[in-house]
Amino acid sequence: MDNNKVMNIFIVGVGGQGTILASRILSYLGQQEGYDVKVSEIHGMAQRGGSVVTQVRMGKIVHSPLIAEGQADIILAFERLEALRWMHYLKKGGVMIINDQAIEPVPVLMGLQEYPANIVERIRRKVPDTIAIDALALARKCGNDKASNVVLMGVLARKMGFAKEKCMQALVAKVPAKFLELNKCAFEEGWNIQV
Amino acid sequence: MKELLTGNEAIARGAYESGVRVAAAYPGTPSTEIMENFVRYPGVYAQWSPNEKVALEVGLGAAIAGARTLVAMKHVGVNVAADPLFTLAYTGINAGLVLVSADDPGMHSSQNEQDNRNYARFAKIPVLEPSNSRECREMVGLALEISEQFDTPVMLRTTTRVAHSQSFVEPVEARDVEVRPYIKNPQKYVMVPAHARGRHVIVEERRRKLQEYADTCPANRTEWGDKGIGVITCGIVYEYVKEIVPGASVLKLGLTYPLPEKLIRDFAAQVKELYVIEELEPFLEEQVRLMGIEVTGKKLFPRVGEISQRMIAEKLLSVTEYKNLVQDAVLAAGVEPERDVPVPVRPPVMCPGCPHRGVFYVLSQLKMTVLGDIGCYTLGALPPLEAMDTCICMGASVGSALGVEKAHPEMHGKVVSVIGDSTFLHSGITGLLDIAYNKGTTTTIILDNSTTAMTGHQDHPATGRTLKKEPTNQVDLAGLAKALGIKRVVAADPFDLDKLKDIIREEAEAREPSVIIVKRPCALLLKERSVPCTVEAETCINCKKCMKLGCPALTAGEHAVTVNAALCTGCGLCVQLCPTGTLKREGDVVG
Repeated sequence: MDNNKVMNIFIVGVGGQGTILASRILSYLGQQEGYDVKVSEIHGMAQRGGSVVTQVRMGKIVHSPLIAEGQADIILAFERLEALRWMHYLKKGGVMIINDQAIEPVPVLMGLQEYPANIVERIRRKVPDTIAIDALALARKCGNDKASNVVLMGVLARKMGFAKEKCMQALVAKVPAKFLELNKCAFEEGWNIQV
Repeated sequence: MKELLTGNEAIARGAYESGVRVAAAYPGTPSTEIMENFVRYPGVYAQWSPNEKVALEVGLGAAIAGARTLVAMKHVGVNVAADPLFTLAYTGINAGLVLVSADDPGMHSSQNEQDNRNYARFAKIPVLEPSNSRECREMVGLALEISEQFDTPVMLRTTTRVAHSQSFVEPVEARDVEVRPYIKNPQKYVMVPAHARGRHVIVEERRRKLQEYADTCPANRTEWGDKGIGVITCGIVYEYVKEIVPGASVLKLGLTYPLPEKLIRDFAAQVKELYVIEELEPFLEEQVRLMGIEVTGKKLFPRVGEISQRMIAEKLLSVTEYKNLVQDAVLAAGVEPERDVPVPVRPPVMCPGCPHRGVFYVLSQLKMTVLGDIGCYTLGALPPLEAMDTCICMGASVGSALGVEKAHPEMHGKVVSVIGDSTFLHSGITGLLDIAYNKGTTTTIILDNSTTAMTGHQDHPATGRTLKKEPTNQVDLAGLAKALGIKRVVAADPFDLDKLKDIIREEAEAREPSVIIVKRPCALLLKERSVPCTVEAETCINCKKCMKLGCPALTAGEHAVTVNAALCTGCGLCVQLCPTGTLKREGDVVG
């Protein structure tokens, strides 16, 4: 990472998907690298199945905990509609990592609005560097759907150039011991995605 | 070793390090985690109070008795606590007292975006505004020192972005602060008019001394840069300013009432263009103008919502002569948003298995006028349930139902209020007392999910557990309602729609006041789920009656409804609405 640059990672998903753990692992990695790190989360009303955003910034000095529109280096989307919703936060030439999973919002479930088709293709047209994976299936291979957040972390960490060994240390530090093996497996699955 | 902490965690840490011994709060976003973190420290006492007024009263008792004290609440909580606050400002304290007011510009989780710095000026107490977690930690200690030095409660005002953002903090060992002896002093603490008149004079003297102190307060500092642009700012906006105009001169105010007049005059005299950049009210700006200093503030920046880095760049570039000082990279266009297809909204929703859902379904079926309240159940106002007419503040539902009834007696039988268990104990009790006293006939529905759900499942006086999760006395809601003078108190199960409908209709039509306690634990607290419901695609006639529940576990398909087994908790509401019986629930219901 360039010495004076601030790295902006915008994490989006649906309330309850485990975006917070991902941001904890990521910020720990940043701290181990000696960066200044700031993280912003929204709690409360937004958590009840709504669209959730976590912002992580790291660099030599970070002032604002918030990423301005069009300034994210990477968007990590836990759900594809959320990737589409927040796409404009990505800078031109940025990286989009998508968990290619659909969680239909209530207006769609009720048949009032339509869940857009071909979301990944739509995004890829504007963001050439788009990585779409089925994190759920990869997490299931390790034994638990819930580890899909750590699968995504594996993809992100490699893309950001973190050393794998340090990532494993971050998992030890941030994941409850009884889920460590599961999450190590999930991380490996993400790390091994060819990008 | 530095730690990445949220503003709230840092406030808890700072309070512990500074020898705070007693702390009280009522949960409210974005303040809740302060108390949840503080209680984990050794040697401290911390509690949830039924509401913010009581929390501050517990706090002022502890401070007058001699212990350093922290009281925390969201911005609207200070409205509830305003009564003791304004007179505590007269009596002063013995040991330091900090009142944390967590404001919510942008209303991420609130019903208004009032600027509580105005309370500080109104009550004539100092207010400190941290910009990041490090300052949150430091300013708790500073607030306690100011509190003791000037014998005043001190407000520490955060905003959502400070409270819920993480940044580095370097914790230190806790100081050993002795609890001071209690000294009886009626002239100081008994605010009868004769005493209060004397205290008001002291308050004004204190205000003058604090104003002098402000010029040397370590929380205020001038950061000289290019003198073309000078920005006076505070709180989170300081961080945005440092990012957008890093080369400009900045007067960073940590103590924002009273203001450091000499610092401001000196700063204003040396810069060519003077701006005040602050969220919400022109609080600093008006005071700067009162000093006779011309400044650009709300002419450029909105009073509504949050300020952003981008906005600062845009607004400054539109007026400044020193455009080179503005980092305009933030204005670079990013990826174009999708315009070819509409992106469906994803509003927050009641969880699958939420016990509130059935109540609002029945209320919408009965076409009731529903006076609502604050909690997860406010989501009952949204489609498809849309069964709420008002939501004003904590506890307002109960009293306002009486008002509706007095204005329109012919609406009898069609008016109810709904209020959660925690909200009822917070400030619904007096409303119910009013209904009993003034011969109301309205029905109060207490949605008892045995927790304070919206803010993340905090205990309250009816859960039988304290903040520390220790067992304690438990108020009996039915007995309480009866003691207030309500004779008709009925229990109901929110998962039995027919019976619930009968009960609500009957109680609403009764010519006397009634309370229905609808009880089921919050779905997120259930340890075990029942078997998910199932639907047979072949026999589903796709009538979509079940879809009127707005349950995230049900999907409307082209030919049939489907159940998402991963989300379904098996509450069985949809089964009760299915006319063909194709929606089924097999297995035992938990509960």
